[in-house]
Amino acid sequence: MSASRAKFKAGDRVQVRFEDRPGHIRTPWYIRGKTGWVERIHGEFLNPESLGHGGDGLPKKVLYLVAFQQGDVWQRYAAKRDKLLVDIFEHWLEPAN
Amino acid sequence: MSVDHSVDQPNDAHGHEHPKHELSAVARRVYAIRELLLEKGLLTEHDIRCQIEYQEARSPANGAKIVTRAWIDPAYKSRLIADPKAACLELGIDATSINEFVVLENTEKVRHMVVCTLCSCYPRPILGRPPDWYKSFNYRQRSVNDPRGVMREFGLVPPDDVEVRVHDSTADIRYLVLPLRPQGTEHLSVTELEKLVTRDSMIGVMDALPTVPK
Amino acid sequence: MARGHHDIGGLSGAGPIDQSQHELSDWEILADAINQALGAKGIRRTDELRRVREEMESGAYHDMSYYERWIASMETILIEKKILTRDEIDRKLAEFEKKWGEP
Repeated sequence: MSASRAKFKAGDRVQVRFEDRPGHIRTPWYIRGKTGWVERIHGEFLNPESLGHGGDGLPKKVLYLVAFQQGDVWQRYAAKRDKLLVDIFEHWLEPAN
Repeated sequence: MSVDHSVDQPNDAHGHEHPKHELSAVARRVYAIRELLLEKGLLTEHDIRCQIEYQEARSPANGAKIVTRAWIDPAYKSRLIADPKAACLELGIDATSINEFVVLENTEKVRHMVVCTLCSCYPRPILGRPPDWYKSFNYRQRSVNDPRGVMREFGLVPPDDVEVRVHDSTADIRYLVLPLRPQGTEHLSVTELEKLVTRDSMIGVMDALPTVPK
Repeated sequence: MARGHHDIGGLSGAGPIDQSQHELSDWEILADAINQALGAKGIRRTDELRRVREEMESGAYHDMSYYERWIASMETILIEKKILTRDEIDRKLAEFEKKWGEP
């Protein structure tokens, strides 16, 4: 599935923004600042940060399935093949080198 | 004429009934809230009853039907992975209220596990209510950084060369794990196969049962 | 700012997973149904309820049971949207409590 306005495509390496701001945020703390890659473009969805405060959720934001090596997220993680996958909105992602 | 909904009436909720004076300070407020919403016409008794019935109609048995069909019919499995909501409808299972539904296929080399660390998102339209443990703080905390430890508690120990993929469902996506069909089950009937598919195997903390439970 | 008290993925100190299951009580089934009905009628969005839960005082969040949290956040959102007032809920509850009595 693809969204025509998507900034990233499957395979792109991305870094989750490290932001600490108030509001109804659906980007978990543990993944902020971490680098992974786009697995899938889920499509466009209403923005929970707006919905949470009574807004209409517009404009819709592109939502990605972003994958991370577990070893890149946690300081001590043994099994080298394991992955962590999080659904993250585009405005929380930046291109990674 | 107003109906007093406070005293025990023919019960439209089929749960364990507590004497109301024993309820906690927070719990008892639900009855006051219900009464006020009904009085103000914001909800009707019918609205509430419909939700209770909707929820009661949903259970892991739905998921077991879907998984079993995918096991015995490779073409169905392809359709399920490509468009899970449509594939559910083929079996009379209504998943239309899920915004986006993704099926995660386990293989010999990959095991998936699903959590919602931020709250308790779960594919309720398919599987019904999540188990208490899925909503627990310990599961929400540990599943992302210690999935193998969690699986071990449920009796699943994937070898090191198996990739464990944990999905944190933080947004509109709801995930269902399609567990691996156990070896040596070619002779089993559909009903028997469905008994192998546990709720926990569709969350991913364990595999499907290897043999039909007695 | 700091991470929300609900944002607990990866926090250390978690113990074994209690796999026991409690049978839902009437009041829990009712809380669940009212919550879903309010959503179905567009009276509240799921994210509003989540946000209210996140804004709950941390001790309360951790001490309340799952459905108690739902009832508390449902009440907060209904008051926030000026659909109900705390006072009328208190008064209605007091009426009921008279009828429920003590053993």
